[in-house]
Amino acid sequence: MDLHLDHISHNYDGTAVLSDIHLDIPKGQIVCIIGPSGCGKSTLLRFIGGLEKPTEGQVLQVGNPPEDSLNPLTYIFQDFALLPWRTVSGNVSLVLEDHGIKGNAADAIIKDVLARTKLSDFADALPKQLSGGMKQRVAIARALAVRPACLLMDEPLSALDSQTRELLMDDLVDLWVRENYTAVYVTHNLNEAVRLGHKVVVLSRRPGKIREIVEIDIPLQDRQAHEHLLSEKQAHLWELMREEAMAADQELAHV
Amino acid sequence: MSDNSLTRSETTATQPVPYRGGGFSPKRARWVAPVVFVILITIWEGGARLGWISPIILPAPSEALNALIDLYNSGDLIRHLSASLQRLVGGWFFGTLLGVAFGVAAGLFTLARAGIVPLVAAIFPIPKIALLPLFIIWFGIGEESKIATILFGTFFPTVIAVYGGVDNVDRGLIRMGQSFNLSWWSIVRKIILPGALPAMLSGFRISASIAIILLVAAEMIGAEYGIGAYILLAGNLMAMDQLVAGVTILSLMGLTVSWIIGRLEKILLRWRV
Ligand SMILES: Nc1ncnc2c1ncn2[C@@H]1O[C@H](COP(=O)(O)OP(=O)(O)OP(=O)(O)O)[C@@H](O)[C@H]1O
Ligand SMILES: [Mg+2]
Repeated sequence: MDLHLDHISHNYDGTAVLSDIHLDIPKGQIVCIIGPSGCGKSTLLRFIGGLEKPTEGQVLQVGNPPEDSLNPLTYIFQDFALLPWRTVSGNVSLVLEDHGIKGNAADAIIKDVLARTKLSDFADALPKQLSGGMKQRVAIARALAVRPACLLMDEPLSALDSQTRELLMDDLVDLWVRENYTAVYVTHNLNEAVRLGHKVVVLSRRPGKIREIVEIDIPLQDRQAHEHLLSEKQAHLWELMREEAMAADQELAHV
Repeated sequence: MSDNSLTRSETTATQPVPYRGGGFSPKRARWVAPVVFVILITIWEGGARLGWISPIILPAPSEALNALIDLYNSGDLIRHLSASLQRLVGGWFFGTLLGVAFGVAAGLFTLARAGIVPLVAAIFPIPKIALLPLFIIWFGIGEESKIATILFGTFFPTVIAVYGGVDNVDRGLIRMGQSFNLSWWSIVRKIILPGALPAMLSGFRISASIAIILLVAAEMIGAEYGIGAYILLAGNLMAMDQLVAGVTILSLMGLTVSWIIGRLEKILLRWRV
């Protein structure tokens, strides 16, 4: 299943937030979205997952999601969004219960996703007992449990310290190498963007327009070996971002 | 470098950084309450024995205890207590049940909120005791009017606590539920209700105290049995020892309720940070 964003524009109470976003998200690719604060990245992600409707344009699914996918468009949130009153396995089973998956079938899935996110020992822990990185791994496990066709991630690592971030990023890369998931990944961190993205979409300041789409052809698993090329890409992205950020700063000063 | 700092410390005054943290976090100290209690009772008893406190003004604690034992031996204690507890539990239970239902409705539905919230704001501040005569005309002098008073008195604070609790449930969690395609009913049951539980429990604490106050007031107006009736009779007979005994029973009731809710909070809200 591919996703196609068809000329999306949006305004909140008369303020234009997004303008004419036209973009393809092909199956099996990670598309990173970067842009200055307030340019509408989170809003765009909410449109893609169907949590909100744009004023103009639409998000199209091209082709059917895989038969076994319980929740084709699945979010991983910046603040984890775990239910504090449920244990780790309870949080995963939450998203299975409504599909009528209970008992042994649910246990098997929970066991599998917790193993894949290295959480097997913490199945009965409450969120308050976990570190930030573990909480985000629980959220990833929960997302994997519904076999998504496309993962929608809004700054999933930004609430974490930089060491944990490195480790989780490696996890995401490994996972992609194994499963080739499709993803839209919103971030402020250019390094994350060049390490994870097949495409990096740079949005302009508000109202967000597509300023440039940077393709990175190196396979994800080989990126560590091409540090030089990556830092060139990152420098290029930084140039683009800096212009936007500076312009945005000037505009705010005039208000 | 260490040399340097040594010479510095000889010439300039060196001292630890002044400590400014701490405080603002009372700890549990289980022994304090019993000690305060024992000291107060001792002073009171001693004062009465030494004749500083006239028994007409305030009976000694031992006399009040004797009155309590007499009450127990005569079998009236059970009768008073069971009459009171039935009214209290009945009124509080149904008031809370209705309050939770209306509060959740006001928290979830636009129409319900627009209808319920102004009504609650208008009726909550009326002292329900003022309505008791009305209830007596409607429901008669028997149990119904007393239970209705307690029900009414607990209903409103419960509605307010519950819809406030529903309002304060993390919107991010609800959005998460929607993003995983949970049904409306699942979101209410598994996300909104547990999320509102802390506010509900503290609402129960308040409504239970209100229920005890209204219980006594209702029993003072007309009841054969009940702690309120017992206290009223003692007051009319100037039997101060019985009066103090009755008030002690009320206080113990309040303590018990607060203890039960405390246990519930411990068990049900274990997940709280
Ligand atoms: N529900 C809403 N109602 C009104 N305005 C909103 C709403 N959500 C977002 N906005 C506005 O839309 C603009 C874009 O918000 P959005 O959260 O999408 O930005 P963002 O690119 O994700 O920013 P950041 O990088 O800070 O996360 C902001 O100016 C914000 O104030
Ligand atoms: Mg955002």
